[in-house]
Amino acid sequence: MEQIIDIVSWVFLIAGGLFCVIGTVGMMRMPDMFTRLHAASIVDTLGMGFLIVGMVLQAGFTLVAAKLIIIAALILLTSPVATHALAQAALHAGLRPKLDHDETGGHIAGEDASSNS
Amino acid sequence: MMFFAATIAVLVSLGLALVRALLGPTLFDRVLAGNTIGTLAVLTLALIGFVTGRPEFLDIAILYTLLNLIGTIAVLRYFKLSEPVVPAAPEE
Repeated sequence: MEQIIDIVSWVFLIAGGLFCVIGTVGMMRMPDMFTRLHAASIVDTLGMGFLIVGMVLQAGFTLVAAKLIIIAALILLTSPVATHALAQAALHAGLRPKLDHDETGGHIAGEDASSNS
Repeated sequence: MMFFAATIAVLVSLGLALVRALLGPTLFDRVLAGNTIGTLAVLTLALIGFVTGRPEFLDIAILYTLLNLIGTIAVLRYFKLSEPVVPAAPEE
């Protein structure tokens, strides 16, 4: 039983570390700020999730596991808020997504055509 | 040993995020990299707590999670209320 838990938490920790590296390599290579947001969210969801599950399996049914689950819940709540605020602030400041062919006609959804703030 | 390997992977990705924060063409790339560095720092703290066998590090990790959100929102609000400064902004 001990061995099975060890092997499973090895798999989860390696997968979590791999997803963290994948997310940040995507942040290095993506061409645009909005696509970099997409790459960064991998670190906040998959990388964090796999690492926390691996640590919870090692901690067992203790207070440490409860604290780890609290950390995971807080990151899952706060990370989309921060990402949404970042994208909205970038659009507000005049940054536009790099598009292959523009089907919006220069109009971004959620932005009034009349108010040019 | 397993926590050591995961710590190495997280530290490598922290270095890559730091390179993006230094290179980032616009301000928002830097803020995004700062947000990612905050999440990775939380994970590093939790893993180091397991490597050294001291679970007190988890309390610091909870604190850093909350500070990360407050920091990002505060920086964005500061730059939203000031004049828009985007170096490579396309013309309207």
